[in-house]
Amino acid sequence: MLKSFNIDNKYLAIVLGVLIIMVLGAYSYNGEAGKPASFINADTTAWPASFGFGKPASPQQIAAQDIDVRPDGLGLPLGSGTVAQGKAIYAMKCVACHGSAEKVVAGAKLPAPVLVSDSTSKVKAIGNYWPYASTVFDYIRRSMPYNLPGSLTDNEVYSLTAYLLNSNKIIKPDAVLNAQTLPQVIMPAQKLFITDDRRGGPEVR
Amino acid sequence: MEKTGKENNDHESFIHKKISRRLLLGGAATTAIVAMQSSLGKWIQVAAQQPVIKLDDPTKKIGPGPSGVGKRSPFEQPLRIKSDTSSRTPLQDLYSSLTPSDLHYERHHAGVPLISPDKYELLIHGMVDKPMVFTLADLKRFPSVTRTCFLECSGNFRSGKENMTPQEICGLTSQSEWTGVMLSTLFREIGVQPKATWFLAEGSDAAVMTRSIPVKKGFDDAMIVYAQNGEAIRPEQGYPARLLLPGWEGNTCVKWIRRIELADEPFMTREETSKYTYPVKDRIRQFSFEMDARSIITYPAYPGHLERGWVEIRGIAWTGRGKIVRVEVSTDAGETWNVARLQEPVLDKAHTYFRYLWQWTGGETEIMSRAIDETNYIQPTLRQLVDARGADIGGYHMNPITAWQIKQDGRVLFKPESWK
Repeated sequence: MLKSFNIDNKYLAIVLGVLIIMVLGAYSYNGEAGKPASFINADTTAWPASFGFGKPASPQQIAAQDIDVRPDGLGLPLGSGTVAQGKAIYAMKCVACHGSAEKVVAGAKLPAPVLVSDSTSKVKAIGNYWPYASTVFDYIRRSMPYNLPGSLTDNEVYSLTAYLLNSNKIIKPDAVLNAQTLPQVIMPAQKLFITDDRRGGPEVR
Repeated sequence: MEKTGKENNDHESFIHKKISRRLLLGGAATTAIVAMQSSLGKWIQVAAQQPVIKLDDPTKKIGPGPSGVGKRSPFEQPLRIKSDTSSRTPLQDLYSSLTPSDLHYERHHAGVPLISPDKYELLIHGMVDKPMVFTLADLKRFPSVTRTCFLECSGNFRSGKENMTPQEICGLTSQSEWTGVMLSTLFREIGVQPKATWFLAEGSDAAVMTRSIPVKKGFDDAMIVYAQNGEAIRPEQGYPARLLLPGWEGNTCVKWIRRIELADEPFMTREETSKYTYPVKDRIRQFSFEMDARSIITYPAYPGHLERGWVEIRGIAWTGRGKIVRVEVSTDAGETWNVARLQEPVLDKAHTYFRYLWQWTGGETEIMSRAIDETNYIQPTLRQLVDARGADIGGYHMNPITAWQIKQDGRVLFKPESWK
């Protein structure tokens, strides 16, 4: 009895296995992204726990490169800046490519994107399109000005961020930005953002 | 080497002398003189009754010997079309799904950096057990993988006039065979912590460009690649190493990658907030990674000219969601559709070459193709995309059916469609 049950069980397992494969197969056929190609799924059972290649990263090495800033403020450096200071720096280092931040000139073709939202035009700029203030800081610090990327001090970056947020009517003229105040800035466009809902399949989205 | 060159020169001058003496100068004494055009466009007079020695006869002249690096035939000059920030692959000049490395499209945000392979390092840190630094030599020591897939910029849609080539319409897609280490292999090495759901990929170009990527993609099929089409990756494509996320928009495949940081939320970088997002009705769609199925007929296409009779319609189809399962071609402006032949092997997330034999009898019509992928997604019309997303579609993730108008005189023109 026990033996025959085992045999039945074996057949049952095979039948079940085939069914599961069929069901999963059908599901993945209409599922989201295509499954990873089989050839890249290496059999790692024979691999060592570690190949031992590479070197441990020191805290100094990490600190030297870890410049990113998140919306919650993680990564913001010490220092601060004001709208007035930012205005002076902008006139010196940004205006040549981005144009005046005081007023958008309709039809003006600038070498770089317009940074100030204008209620009369639909141009996508910081005030009407950028969802997080941290991005302004992070992007200026890592890649601006275009001709001298990474040359601004943290205080200069805080100041420029303050000036641009004020020009876009998001913070007050007397606002001071630092690691505490910047993450509290709420951007008007944030509520508009939704995560991609395309999933493949017959529906066009 | 020098000797061979001298011999070649001697040989050439010998032929020249022969032609000059017997054929050209002797023309006055010969009765039957005919004009012949060489392939170089020069008209030369030759005597019809004399044995003809043609300047361009390759069987009468020793060619150059072997060389250190090959180059294209001087008769073939495919070129990328370049702007300040991108260059586009000449799709109409290619005969299969693979893109020659020097014609791979480019898109960069602060130029192409020059990075010494000896100084290159990839730092992986954040929510990991062992933060590590890998040199290029370290990366090459890990078990490696080779795969062929397309890479497409998500801003790959141009329209507006009839005189547009496939290159101008959607030349920001290219295909290479990539070799490198699976990111999952590196993740295994450093010990990604279970709470990590996103990672930041950062380039070492002057934009220090960054994107946030779900960790799941890192484990699925992401790679750090250092080779393209069998040789070291080209500077424009990320030398010495880049991130490759098969099927995902090109911008996420961060070139010149220097750092990966594991975290429990996205970083909301500039390229995933103010760029590479697009309006969908009254909302803004973000983190739209997969490239949906698309195809384009690359022959016949503008600026080509069609002859009456049989024509093999050819093109490429691709999808970021697996494999292309079918390509349909219409030769009657979308009234009826015919199944095209797919070139095997059809690869996952790869350009797939298709062909459809058609007899053109001379009437005006429109030809077009549509791709169907393994999720049953059918490449939409521009109208379908606008209906789904609204008229303010922006330029990202646009994959509409491309139609070519065939005029009675054989001209092939792009059919631009307006959507406003």
